Amino acid sequence: MNLALLLSSNTLVHLSAVDLVIIVFYFILVLGIGLYLKEQANTGEDFFMAGREMTAWVAGLAFLSANLGSLELMGWAGNSYKYGILAAHWYWIGAIPAMLFLALVMMPFYHICKTHSVPGYLKLRFGPGAQTISSISFAFMTVLMSGINMYAMAVVMKVVLGWDLNFSILISSITVAIYVALGGLRSAIFNEVLQFFLIWAGALLIPIMGLIEAGGWTGLKAKIFQNLTELNAPNPGGYTHAWATLGHFSDNPMGINWVGIVFGLGAVISMGYWTTDFLVVQRVLSAKDLRSAKLAPIIGAAFKMMVPFIVILPGLLGLALLRDPQGNLLRLVPADLAWSPAGQAQGLHGYDEVLPLMLARYCGPGLLGLGITALVAGFMSGMAGNVSAFTTVWTYDIYGALINKNASDESKVRMGRWVTVIGVIISIGTAYLVMNAQSIMDYVQELFSFFIAPLFGTVILGMLWKRATPAGGWAGLLAGTLSSVGMYTWVKLDHNAIRYVALSMDAQDQAQNMFRALWCCSICVIVTVVVSLITKPKPDSELKDLVYGLTPLPPEEHVSMFHSPLFWGAVVAVAFVALQIIFW
Amino acid sequence: MKAGGALSIWFFTGISLAVNGFIILAAGLYELANPPKHQVILGNLHANIWWGALLFVLGLFFSIRYSPARERARLAASSK
Repeated sequence: MNLALLLSSNTLVHLSAVDLVIIVFYFILVLGIGLYLKEQANTGEDFFMAGREMTAWVAGLAFLSANLGSLELMGWAGNSYKYGILAAHWYWIGAIPAMLFLALVMMPFYHICKTHSVPGYLKLRFGPGAQTISSISFAFMTVLMSGINMYAMAVVMKVVLGWDLNFSILISSITVAIYVALGGLRSAIFNEVLQFFLIWAGALLIPIMGLIEAGGWTGLKAKIFQNLTELNAPNPGGYTHAWATLGHFSDNPMGINWVGIVFGLGAVISMGYWTTDFLVVQRVLSAKDLRSAKLAPIIGAAFKMMVPFIVILPGLLGLALLRDPQGNLLRLVPADLAWSPAGQAQGLHGYDEVLPLMLARYCGPGLLGLGITALVAGFMSGMAGNVSAFTTVWTYDIYGALINKNASDESKVRMGRWVTVIGVIISIGTAYLVMNAQSIMDYVQELFSFFIAPLFGTVILGMLWKRATPAGGWAGLLAGTLSSVGMYTWVKLDHNAIRYVALSMDAQDQAQNMFRALWCCSICVIVTVVVSLITKPKPDSELKDLVYGLTPLPPEEHVSMFHSPLFWGAVVAVAFVALQIIFW
Repeated sequence: MKAGGALSIWFFTGISLAVNGFIILAAGLYELANPPKHQVILGNLHANIWWGALLFVLGLFFSIRYSPARERARLAASSK
């Protein structure tokens, strides 16, 4: 790859030599961190759980960053351009209550039973059947997602910077393989914290400059209303209200109502993701003690609430300010249209390009390099998060549980290092597979969400209801997952099924996901309860440290109010409510 | 944070912010002295100068506060 290709002229943004220096410095730094941490990853606890010695701040920022990948940033900026401020719900009601619930209710169980993974908890609570379903589906989907993310990153780098697909895939995957194989989870966490700061440093300038240009929040709202009215968009005022338009499906651009947002997103999808997806939970399990483990998600929640400032606001600013070279309103279009040869020939831009477009609008040499570095860092740490979670689940829940039950600690670490490399190689293979069959990408991403909602039903019943039996847990998880796949297939085969699955033909893709999650979690809970009531429960002695009421929780430390998780949880909850009222 | 021996994650974060801030500040000052033909929107605000300076100062603070020497001293004090 020569420099001329990297600096290709037919791209969204043009990097200068200063920008390239900043990007190269980032790669050198992450590899240096991996090499430095190799000496501290000698035991299983070190390699897979970062020694369980992370402070609340480090675990909390890593917990948040594992989810703050570039696809997430660019995708939700694009969604806010498409759906308006409704997209902020994925950062507010779609995250904050679940994070606080994880911190204050679920964390004590995860921490006290000393599990290495969420499938590991299921084994302790429901036996090997539930563990096997959960670990195999998680491992398979995680490594597949890693490859899909890798491919998506390469496409974005090609569209935004003109970089060759193979170059992006190889450089990023080799770097991730090196630093995770050397330092394990600790290395992944270090880079996630670094990425957190790079993302804020690289992206925060966009909303600041954008609000100056738009004339503040009031000016922004007025410009959006004016532009959308000019384009004859339905409900132009609905783009800047988070709740006021959720009374009926047809009143807002997403085609959803408050039931879908509150119950589908807030109570099921968000709870499922933030409390049972091992990719994020693994970061909190690395905390050094119970108070840190409880504080970590609260710290994550406090920053999560602010992420819309660097993700949602740029999308809204794009809606208000972007114009083509002739001065006409610039209309972004769906990615498949924009990135098709015809779309490229017409100079169309996809929704997901709104963040790079805004970056290029305000950032000169140096700042542009930092912004692009933030995107690259987000992609790589997302990949590292998937790979490190896959490595742990493979080693403990598949290799250690099914293949070699007597594996020594040393052999698990050796296995972990090899599986990291193998996981990255499979991810590269997946990336090339997706390249040749792009439609599978959408299906697999939706498939991934199928496992999360029923898993939450199983875990939460396991933690809070001692009568739940191993047969109930297994049957509920299976029924919930199959019903989700069934509803998805039904809608694919018969579009009219949306009226039953999502309760309205106005429901867009996101709204369908919310309702599908709500139904399949409900089915999981009902099946678990029914099967549990007709099967023999485990004796209380076997449920100690696993179920509410049978787990002696350690007394709260006598700390000042300012060190108390409950106090900070309450502060975050009040700020969350205030934000909903302000942007109602 | 402790994990990581004498070099903490905050030290690495500080180095990253300081180096990036310095490069951005220098690029901004160069641009001030040699204005480009095509400026970015609101280029007159010289965001790269004040944003670069802010990152540089923040990075220096983290790098010094969590320098290896201070971390070693802190570790020695806590092990006594």
